[in-house]
Amino acid sequence: MAQREISEEDLRKRVRALLEEAHPDKVDQFTFRGKLYDYGLAWVHFPEGFGGLGVSPGMQAVIADELSKHAKTHYDDMMINAIGIGMGAPTVLTHGTDWMRKTLLRRIFTGEDIWCQLFSEPGSGSDVAGLATRATREGDYWTVNGQKVWTSLAHVSKWGMLLARTNPDAPKHAGMSYFLLDMQSPGVEVRPLHQITGEAEFNEVFLTDVKIPADRLMGREGEGWKVAITTLMNERTAIGGGGPTRRGAGSIGVLINLWKSREQGQFSPDAEILLRDRITKLYIEAELLRMTTQRGKAARKAGNPGPEGSVVKLAQAELNKRIWECAMDVMGADSLIYEPGYKRRRPTSRAREGRNSLTKYQFLRARANSIEGGTSEVMRNILGERVLGLPGEPRSDKDVPWKQIPRSA
Amino acid sequence: MDFAFTHEHEELRQTVRRFMENESSEATVRTLMETEPGYDRRTWERMASELSLLGLMVPERHGGAGLGPVELAIAMEEMGRVLFCGPYLASAVLATGALLHGADEAAQRKLLPAIASGKSIATVAVTEAAGKWDLASVAMRATRVGSEWKLSGVKDYVLDGHLADALIVAAKADDGLALFQVEANASGLERHALPTLDLTRKMARLNFSSTPATRISAGEATGALKQVMALGVTMLAAEQVGGAQRCLEMSTEYAKTRLQFGRPIGSFQAIKHKCADMLVETEFARSAAYHAAFAIADGEDGFEAAHLAKSYCSESYFHAAAENIQIHGGMGFTWEHPAHLYFKRARASSILFGDPSEHRLQLANILEL
Ligand SMILES: Cc1cc2nc3c(=O)[nH]c(=O)nc-3n(C[C@H](O)[C@H](O)[C@H](O)COP(=O)(O)OP(=O)(O)OC[C@H]3O[C@@H](n4cnc5c(N)ncnc54)[C@H](O)[C@@H]3O)c2cc1C
Ligand SMILES: Cc1cc2nc3c(=O)[nH]c(=O)nc-3n(C[C@H](O)[C@H](O)[C@H](O)COP(=O)(O)OP(=O)(O)OC[C@H]3O[C@@H](n4cnc5c(N)ncnc54)[C@H](O)[C@@H]3O)c2cc1C
Repeated sequence: MAQREISEEDLRKRVRALLEEAHPDKVDQFTFRGKLYDYGLAWVHFPEGFGGLGVSPGMQAVIADELSKHAKTHYDDMMINAIGIGMGAPTVLTHGTDWMRKTLLRRIFTGEDIWCQLFSEPGSGSDVAGLATRATREGDYWTVNGQKVWTSLAHVSKWGMLLARTNPDAPKHAGMSYFLLDMQSPGVEVRPLHQITGEAEFNEVFLTDVKIPADRLMGREGEGWKVAITTLMNERTAIGGGGPTRRGAGSIGVLINLWKSREQGQFSPDAEILLRDRITKLYIEAELLRMTTQRGKAARKAGNPGPEGSVVKLAQAELNKRIWECAMDVMGADSLIYEPGYKRRRPTSRAREGRNSLTKYQFLRARANSIEGGTSEVMRNILGERVLGLPGEPRSDKDVPWKQIPRSA
Repeated sequence: MDFAFTHEHEELRQTVRRFMENESSEATVRTLMETEPGYDRRTWERMASELSLLGLMVPERHGGAGLGPVELAIAMEEMGRVLFCGPYLASAVLATGALLHGADEAAQRKLLPAIASGKSIATVAVTEAAGKWDLASVAMRATRVGSEWKLSGVKDYVLDGHLADALIVAAKADDGLALFQVEANASGLERHALPTLDLTRKMARLNFSSTPATRISAGEATGALKQVMALGVTMLAAEQVGGAQRCLEMSTEYAKTRLQFGRPIGSFQAIKHKCADMLVETEFARSAAYHAAFAIADGEDGFEAAHLAKSYCSESYFHAAAENIQIHGGMGFTWEHPAHLYFKRARASSILFGDPSEHRLQLANILEL
């Protein structure tokens, strides 16, 4: 993909032209986001005609800045369809058919179609390539049987990115294919799974004789791993790289507000000194996370991110947990009280509006940061092996047929 | 701020790297660190004549390259990689900064060209017996005798103070803190080279007794010296990034080639994950140092960014240097292996200009936490 040159001023002009035509304070969210797409301002690093302008993703910040000058309405809420926008779109762009690119991308960005990722299974999490869900070809259709787990937003999704085994006799990486699954297909059953917050963001998905038309394959048969890598590389930047772009925003902002509004005498002078240093340390790391993310985006060319995305994903996960732990300490005894009965909600998007006990909720939710999208241990392996070039571990599962590999239930 | 390094920046980096790899090999570092002056005169002169490094920040009208903090940070980072031995931080950063921020035109005209050409090495003496890089604790007094100023007292932990040709000294005059220039051969000045933990960076104790001095700052110098400290701290942070990066590289190279239990030690996660964490911390340190350099270049006072950078870069360099010893096993504990040189540089530079918690305290004050 050729890198295009466009000046910051041109980009700002384009934003202003868009606002003349459709201002977010006047039109609804879908319309406004659709216009962003048409103007190439949705994801600037995408090619023209597909919601972008083919420039470095670092330029997205210019757009956000210009928009924020003229509109107070929230226009850039990735949370509307985090998996679709962050992972589905780049996968469709890179490996999808013409039909997929033309019909899916715009609706992903507007949020009209919510997407989910059907990778993890009870028997394969970190080791996605070991998965067991079977897809067999029957004429113009594939028939799928198996079970997926931890599938975020499956209960509201239109489309699922499904990784399934098409050849159990091949070594594990070579025997998978990647499908676009219509979540409304017969045989797809979605059951809520409640997490430690009481909520059910994610689900179990049972697939029983589900039929997928043959032209819904992404990439070629047997090349599912290659397509999955595109999704996973983008998942790292989507999860870890979306972080706050404003100084002091996000979780660190909440912590600092809590600290500044503490009651006089709540902590002894000694405790104040210790907490203050701890908070300053967290502030420093939060700032550096923000800057490192920015530096990464500015250096990136158009196209898919590389393994360096794991730097930010790993750092973000570990830092966020520590920030919320500290926030609980600042809350003191109040942190002992939680909303009655841990309401068993089933959120319909990742936007966190309307949730009570926000800090306490976030403290619990943050435990997932170092698990979802690849665990911190897996991120360290990736950094060690793919970025630093350290040797892999000796492996017993590499060149043998998948069906001979020992598996847990 | 987008940390946009230009093509010229990258060229400067490559030029300095090549030069430093040739002129500051491990063997050279080991030779120089055992000498009292601790630097090589010929290399120093070439840094002026061939690369214009000594006057990087000196304005062109004073014979320098007229560049700024970003270019200086690049040079410091490259020097940090190879543990360059020489009075660069003292002369090209601190003294140059003090002259630019705090000195009158006459002093600038006299000293800056000499610093840029390498004819004169300069340093700044602030700290005293307590070793605190804290302007409020400066006790040395300057007294005026007729048209002359005299300094009495002790300056300690002065970077390259034993060899500097020009000393820029902070002392208290009647109207507050002021800057003075003292010649190396002034009467009543005694200089003692100190045996340093980090052999690659020299320090001295300076005794003044009625030593004649020239006042070079017009008014109160506290504000100017704060600017100098922000610059010095930022450049030290950049140097720390270079050192940390080198420790990461050494560790990674060794982990790929050292075999135990029939496999490279880098294939053990206990080692691999250490390297991954070092990578993350080094990238964060890089963001911190670059951000501070760009902030000062953009005309900000840079205090907030400098405190942040010094605190983080000190800790991450020390961590990388310590892990580098651990990853090298028994070998890393030897005098022959360079790991201890980085470890000592990391430790000393963490204390120099204030330790990490001191800088966090200053940052917390700025942020009103
Ligand atoms: C909130 C949340 C949302 C999620 N959403 C989705 C989703 O939408 N779609 C989806 O497909 N998945 C989703 N996941 C699943 C997630 O990707 C997996 O949980 C994750 O990859 C880990 O897999 P696992 O849970 O099976 O743990 P395991 O892989 O069994 O890991 C258990 C422990 O062993 C460690 N471990 C495993 N392998 C190694 C190794 N090689 N080296 C060192 N340590 C290792 C792990 O780090 C972990 O600590 C979600 C998870 C969470 C928590
Ligand atoms: C002060 C000192 C005194 C000593 N005295 C003696 C003595 O009297 N007699 C004697 O015989 N020896 C002695 N030793 C040697 C000492 O036992 C070895 O240095 C030590 O066993 C490490 O071996 P190595 O140096 O070869 O490092 P390596 O084994 O090469 O290790 C390099 C790095 O890889 C790591 N590593 C290696 N294998 C693994 C693994 N399986 N999993 C995870 N990480 C791994 C190590 O922890 C280390 O960080 C001494 C060492 C020192 C430093």
